Amino acid sequence: MSSQHEEEPVLVPTSVTPPRQSRRPAIHTERIALVDLLDRVLAGGVVVSGEVTLAIADVDMVRVSLRALVTSASALTRGANDGEEVPGR
Amino acid sequence: MEPNGIWVYAITERVDLTPVAQIRGVGGRQVRTVAAAGLTAVVEDVGLAEFGEEALRRNLEDLNWLEATARAHHEVIDAVAQQGPLVPMRLATVYSGDAPIATMLTERGADFRSALRRIRGRVEWGVKAYADRQPEASGDSAVTAGASRPGSGAGAAYLQRRRNQLTAQKNARRETLASADIIHAELSRYAAETRVHTPQAPQLTGIKAPMILNAAYLLDSARGEDFAAAVAALADQHPGLRLELTGPWPPYSFAGTGGEGGLT
Repeated sequence: MSSQHEEEPVLVPTSVTPPRQSRRPAIHTERIALVDLLDRVLAGGVVVSGEVTLAIADVDMVRVSLRALVTSASALTRGANDGEEVPGR
Repeated sequence: MEPNGIWVYAITERVDLTPVAQIRGVGGRQVRTVAAAGLTAVVEDVGLAEFGEEALRRNLEDLNWLEATARAHHEVIDAVAQQGPLVPMRLATVYSGDAPIATMLTERGADFRSALRRIRGRVEWGVKAYADRQPEASGDSAVTAGASRPGSGAGAAYLQRRRNQLTAQKNARRETLASADIIHAELSRYAAETRVHTPQAPQLTGIKAPMILNAAYLLDSARGEDFAAAVAALADQHPGLRLELTGPWPPYSFAGTGGEGGLT
């Protein structure tokens, strides 16, 4: 890929508007959906040997927290985003 | 509550805390820094009653706590990321003191510096693709066709219709999966690195259509608009799919030295 100028990243977690009118993609401009956030903060990020939480890292945080998610799926769905019905066409 | 724990948000080269002074972190305190080996850890003092090992095990299963904590963690990381490259820590990285953090910075210094080099000037974008109601649509039309021909007879006709319907569904599924591969390949051309996450379950997305692609792309920050345009173009080329673009994110999915998200 071409190397662009070394600009400082603009990291506001809202989204750009696609340059042309299209019915898709749906772009979240509001609050970040919790599922997307958890994909990143639980599955991403660097794991180091934390003094306190090393044992928890072993347990596999993703799985631990997934239990919380699934048991509260309805609550999460409400909080996620209103993407449920963007009528496709 | 007396903090005995130190929550680590991210590792960076240097940070000006002034712009983040008004942000309250996961434990409600201001963030501060621990520096060593030319690197800076952005941290917060947290009480072990809430953030100790036992408490964390319990709290991580409490969705309200998890959401509030994840958002607070992200808010700090996002604010610091505006100043320059950083390596985000996974949620719930808690140390018992500044000294072990300094040791970690020293021991892992080469890894962190290499990760910061890869990340500099880049941001993460997410693209999710859903198979947009295709199976239901073909099912509906088959049922409608059948109903419009009353008396066309018997079980055989029904079975034939049913077979056609299942074949159509299978083909549609194969096509959508192929489309997901095409989309990922096309979008990867824009990215320095990519990472494919596990698709999110429908009960978590709240969208009935199955997710067939959940990918992250590490892009030069200047390429965001091109990338969004490419996603829009692909959405037009694949009307059977619904595409969602999220970002820009701090490089959560690309924080590791191997591109797989882990230094350990």
